Order: sequence, then structure tokens, then C-alpha cells
Amino acid sequence: MKRRRLNAVLGIALIAALVAVAIIGMIWTPYDPLGIAFGARLKPPSAAHWLGTDEFGRDVLSRLMKGAATSVRISCLTVALALVIGTALGIFTGFVRGWTDRVVMAFTNALLAFPGILLALALLTVVGANEYGIILALGIAYTPSVARVVRGTVLSLREKEYIEAARVMGNSELFIMARHVLPNCVAPLIVLGTSMFGWVLLAESALSFLGLGVPPPAPTWGNMLASGRPFMVQAVWLGLFPGICISLTLLGINLLGDVLRDRFDPRMRGL
Amino acid sequence: MTALVEVENLTLVVGQAGVPVVKNVSLTLAPGEVLGIVGESGSGKTLLARAVIGLEPPAIRRTGGTIRFEGQDIADLPPKAMRALRGNRIGMVFQEPMTSLNPSMTIGRQLEEGLVLHRSGDAASRRLQILDMLRRIGIADPLAALAAYPHQFSGGMRQRIMLASVMLLKPALLIADEPTTALDAVVQREVLELMLELTRDHGTAVLMISHDLSMVARYTDRVLVMCRGDLIEENATAEILANPREPYTRQLLNAMPLRSPARAVPDAPPIVEVRGLVVDYAGKHGSKRALHGIDLSIRPREVVAVVGGSGSGKTTLGRAIAGLIDPSEGEILFAGRAIARSDESWRQYRLNCQMVFQDPYASLDPRMTIGQLVGEALRAVPGLTKSQKAARILEGLDEVGLEAKFADRYPHELSGGQRQRVAIARAVVRRPSFVIADEPVSALDVTVRAQVLDLFLELQHRYGFSCLFISHDLGVVEQVADRVVVMQQGRIVEQGDRDQIFDHPRHDYTRTLLSAIPALEAVDGGGVRLKWRFDAPPPIPVEA
Repeated sequence: MKRRRLNAVLGIALIAALVAVAIIGMIWTPYDPLGIAFGARLKPPSAAHWLGTDEFGRDVLSRLMKGAATSVRISCLTVALALVIGTALGIFTGFVRGWTDRVVMAFTNALLAFPGILLALALLTVVGANEYGIILALGIAYTPSVARVVRGTVLSLREKEYIEAARVMGNSELFIMARHVLPNCVAPLIVLGTSMFGWVLLAESALSFLGLGVPPPAPTWGNMLASGRPFMVQAVWLGLFPGICISLTLLGINLLGDVLRDRFDPRMRGL
Repeated sequence: MTALVEVENLTLVVGQAGVPVVKNVSLTLAPGEVLGIVGESGSGKTLLARAVIGLEPPAIRRTGGTIRFEGQDIADLPPKAMRALRGNRIGMVFQEPMTSLNPSMTIGRQLEEGLVLHRSGDAASRRLQILDMLRRIGIADPLAALAAYPHQFSGGMRQRIMLASVMLLKPALLIADEPTTALDAVVQREVLELMLELTRDHGTAVLMISHDLSMVARYTDRVLVMCRGDLIEENATAEILANPREPYTRQLLNAMPLRSPARAVPDAPPIVEVRGLVVDYAGKHGSKRALHGIDLSIRPREVVAVVGGSGSGKTTLGRAIAGLIDPSEGEILFAGRAIARSDESWRQYRLNCQMVFQDPYASLDPRMTIGQLVGEALRAVPGLTKSQKAARILEGLDEVGLEAKFADRYPHELSGGQRQRVAIARAVVRRPSFVIADEPVSALDVTVRAQVLDLFLELQHRYGFSCLFISHDLGVVEQVADRVVVMQQGRIVEQGDRDQIFDHPRHDYTRTLLSAIPALEAVDGGGVRLKWRFDAPPPIPVEA
């Protein structure tokens, strides 16, 4: 009980801090995040540059603040996209069954057979490497896992007596899906969604690493992490600070996810 | 002679909070004695029995009292000595035969396990003992059974095998925790009689735990009645039945269903009629026919009970009539008109046919409040304003004895009996003319069952809906039904008025069903008398 409360507070605090930093970063940063200063290359953290400077002399703190908004936006939109499409597909196929189910599931299985990142790469070469291209590509790449989880949940839910009870009451299938099936899918979806948030943050850095992320010089946590790699020995802070930011965000999201899951479940309320 | 088991002032508490679940209970068990512990869920009967074998769940702590087995305090025993006691001197049979045998081991190896652990002797002598025991429990081909796996046996056979594995070691004490609750009525009697026979032969004492008073009463010498961790009453079985001293015991006995007087059902054209209904379940190896052409008609205000063992197709029949399964052949008529999915008659039928399910935990959406759940049934009622709807919901809850404050609660905050009341409210709030009740009280405790059943009948009398009442519990059927339909393997083998079926059954299967379960009769002075309806059924041939 006490521990859950602490986790909830920590999660909310981390996410609040992240949102605050992202908003401030859009308005004000200590330095110009794109301002190149060759005189101040690879400076370690100091009073002037709290988190040091990168290989072009840009202030790491400013870039992290500026990048926060981009990274969070990409992650949120990607997860939202995958959840919406995946849930719709999953509920539909799980409830309708028959050949639609077989066709859609064959398709998602085929997509699942590719590593997500490879799929995103292929899609990115089609839609072009920019922020919305990444969201679309990663969103589509993660849709099959959502669809599978939802379909599995729906398949077990549809055998439940309360679904049959709803049918006996004369409700339409559409109503049953919206009123009984969807709300009972929320718990696994929150768990999946929060872990997906982390995958997307990392996938975005992997894409940047392969040169298909948000194009430079615009900063994201992912491309900062990727571009810090060659300087790991001379300037460990280049990789370290974006890494810490990603980790803390993930921690916050996961803790918040647990809070949300418990809030949405009437059985857990008041515990 | 010294007592085999002596429990003195045992107190068990659960969790950090230390909520007592067994309070200051003492009991003694003489060698060879058969002692029953009766109580409803939460009475602590299972925990008490498990404490004797030292197998209480980790969250349970003993805060007081001693348990002596053959004079030895089991709290003093080192784990190794305790293990030697289990299986060897104390055996246990669990409720669920489907999960108490390891599905990936052959019967032969599972039976051998205990002998290897606790007995010296070579493989050949073990094999002889096992074959002997398998023959004893009525396995037709013991040699084949040795190499067979549990899934090749029915539930009743598995419980026999479980019994065999325990009795092979000839323990001094057998703990049987609801040994036949999961079994079919017909099989129950056979398994219990086998259990008693085996234990009598070996001089094994039996501690039999059950919620089913009539079962316990039939097979035990002495009965303990427990309620919420307290030992309420202890006496010789015959004495408890004839002269219950404590109010709770009397309440338990009164909760036993008794036949209500026959009512005259007005002669009217049937409200629901089923003609030649055939249902097939598609399977991997062709389809399996679950119903072979059922004809049935239910008149207005009539309660028709469908009884039968598991696999008789009674639930399938209910679901097909409710429109949850599509029949392969045959038709269902409502108020004289065939119902077809597409047209208006289907909608009429949907509005007028409601269902109450067996498991009140599964039939209510956990994410909806009670008010929403009952309100959902009113969705299809045209022209109902919001305040009218709210009033109807409260009225519906009031009818089933739930106060208005329940409307904002969630199902998990309610007890099983309260939940089933909600399910009934949901079914009758729209004033249907026909209700299908599929084992509506089977999942409930004895005293709660009686209350819910009374409530259901009262509503049936008040609103006069016809009812298809599906049940395996003949006692309940005897109380509620106007007419009884007996099903076996997807066919109706006999149907007729209740009194006729119960008093003068014509079909053998009906006789077998009726004779499997002892009935209780009320006698003067608040007690009951146990009677078998008919003589023991001819033993059912057993195949491996």
C-alpha cells in the first residue's frame, strides 16, 4: 500500500518533470541548441555548460531540452497510432472470427516475422526520413503486437458469461464490443503501451544511428545518443545524459502505467 | 484406546493483520472413525484439516493450540519426519480430480511414487500391489491402466485412482476434502462408497470435509459443524440430524430443499415450444451431436426443470433455446411463431427471454456498477426517460432484496449470493415472459442457496414468467419444478409432472439419478431424517 503510493508519486513526478522540461525547451534554452561553437568542442560538464558540449560545441543541456519535446512527441504519437489501429484490428478480428480473422492475422504474422526495426527501415525509405515518417513507420511496425494482444484478450473475453449475458439481453454486437469488451482490454493495453513507449524511444535512436532518424541538426534524444557513440571514450557525457533521460522517462511511464491500470480497474480502487 | 488425532484449542490466523480463521477448535478422532466436518465457505473447515497434515498455506499462522497425531505433537516434528508422516500415515484426497493427478505421468508411475518413497520392496512386489489395488477400485483392465495417462479416464475414475494411490500405503488417516463435489451425482455415490469400503478394510480413520450435509450425514459416524472459524456443534450424526441444538445447525438443516406442494398450471397454449432440435458441435474429427432431436414445450407460468448428468446436453439445450448456439435442425417457437434471426419475431423473443447463469462471478461485467448492469437490461425498452430508468433499476434491486446503495457498487464488492441476486434482478427487470436459469444456485453456499431460490420462486409466482430450470441438483429441482425433463446423452429419456418423476420414475436412468443422492425429510422437532429414494443402483460397468 505504502509502496504503491510512493511509486505513484514518483511516476507522476517524473512525467511532470519531463513535460515541464519539454515545454520550457520549446520556449527557452540556456544556449542555442543548434549554435555551433568550435572553440568549445567536447567540453566536460562545467559551470558554463552544466552537461558539457558535443563535438560541434553545442550545449548538451539545451539540446536535451529541445529534443525532449521531439522525442516525447514521436513516442506518444507512435504508441497512440499503434494502439488505435491495433486495438481496432484486434477487437474486430477477435469478435468476428472467420475468414477476416484469418486474413488479418496472416498479415500481422507476416509483419511480426520481420524485426520491427527492419520493417520501419523499409517503410521509411518509402515515406521519407522525417518526424512524421518515423511516427508512421514505427506505428505500423508496432501495430501487429497490439493487434495480437487485443485479439487474444478478446478471444478469452468472448467466452465469458457476462458477454453471453449481454447477448441474451438483446444488445447488438457493436454495443457489446464497445461496452463490455473494450473496457476489459484496457489493463493489458496499458501494460503494453507503456513498454512500447520505451521501445519507440530506443527504436528512434537506432533509426538515427542508421541515418534514418530525425535529420540533423535537429536534436532528439535518440540521435544524440547515436551521435555520442564515436566519442564514448573522450566524452562519456554525450551518451550518458541522453541515456539517463531515456531511462528516467521509461521509469516514469511505467510507474504511471501501473497507476493508470489500477485506476481503470474498479477491483483495485480503494485498496 | 488412544486417539489418533487430537486437536486442542487450535487457532489459526491469516496474514499480518492476524484475522482468525479457525478459532479455538478442539477435536479428537479415534482410529477407524469417520468424522465429518460440515460448514459453508469461509468456515475454516479446509484449513483445519490441512493443519493436521501440516499443509496450511504460507499466509496462515498458528497462534495457539496443539495438534497431536498418534500422540506426537506435529509442531515438534522436523520437516523430514513430517514428510515421512504424509502419504505414509496420513493420506489426502482433493476436490478436483482433473488437476490432482499429474497429466504427464502414467497411472502406474504415479501410483508407484508413494510406495517407492515410503516402502521397501522391489519393483515386482510394488507392481503386484498396484495391480491388486487397481482391481479393487473397479478398473476393468489394470494392466492397461498402468500404462495409461490420466486424461484417458473420466473424472469419477480419476478420483478412484487418486483414492487408490492414497490407500496403497494403508494410511492411518485419510483426509478427504470435498472428495465428490466436482463429480456427477451418479458417480458421487459410487466413489464415496468405495472410499468407505477401502478405509473400513484397512482400519483407516476418515476426516471428511464437505458443504453437503446430506452426503456427510450418510457416510459419517460423527459430525462437526463449523461456521466462520468457530466449532458450532459436535455430535453423533444421527443425533445432529434428529435434534440439532444450535440455531446455526438448524438453519443449515432447514436450508435443505424440500418438496413444495404441487401447483396447478393453467392449461394454455405453450409460450415456448421446441421441435426436433438438433445441435452439433464441430470438432477436429467430424462434428459431435450434442442434442438428438429434442421436443419440449413450456406453458405460461410453468417451471420446467431439466435434469441430467454432465454431458447429458442440458446446458446445450438451454443455450440453444436462448439463441446462443445455432441449432443444426429443428425450430424454436415463441408464442406460437417460429423465431428467425432476421425478423421482428426475434426481437420480440430477445426482449421476452432472459437468462440467469450459473456463476455469479463470471456473469457480471467486473467494470460496471450494479446499477449499470441492471440498467443495461432496460436499454432495449423504448421510450424510457433517464429518471424512469433509474427508478426501474432501484425497483429491480429492491425486488431482489438489495438496497439502493448497491447501485453504485461493483460486483467484486458483493458476496456470491448478492451477485446472483443482481443477476436475477437483471433478468426479471424487463418483465420477461420466459427465463432460462442454468444452474442458478449451484455455485452458492447452502443457506444462501435456500434464500436465493426462495427469492427466485417468489418472483416467478409474482410475475408469472415461465422458466426453464436447468440443474443437476435433484433436491433443488424437487422444490421448484412443476414438470421435470430427464436428459441423458443428448436425448430426453423421460418427462412428466414432478411428483410422478420423483415418486414413480419409469426410466432406469431416472431411477439411477434419484437413487444416487440421499434425500432429507423434515421430522417433528426441527430435525430431519435421511432416506434413500430407491435402493442402490446396479453398479455401472466401468471401463478404462
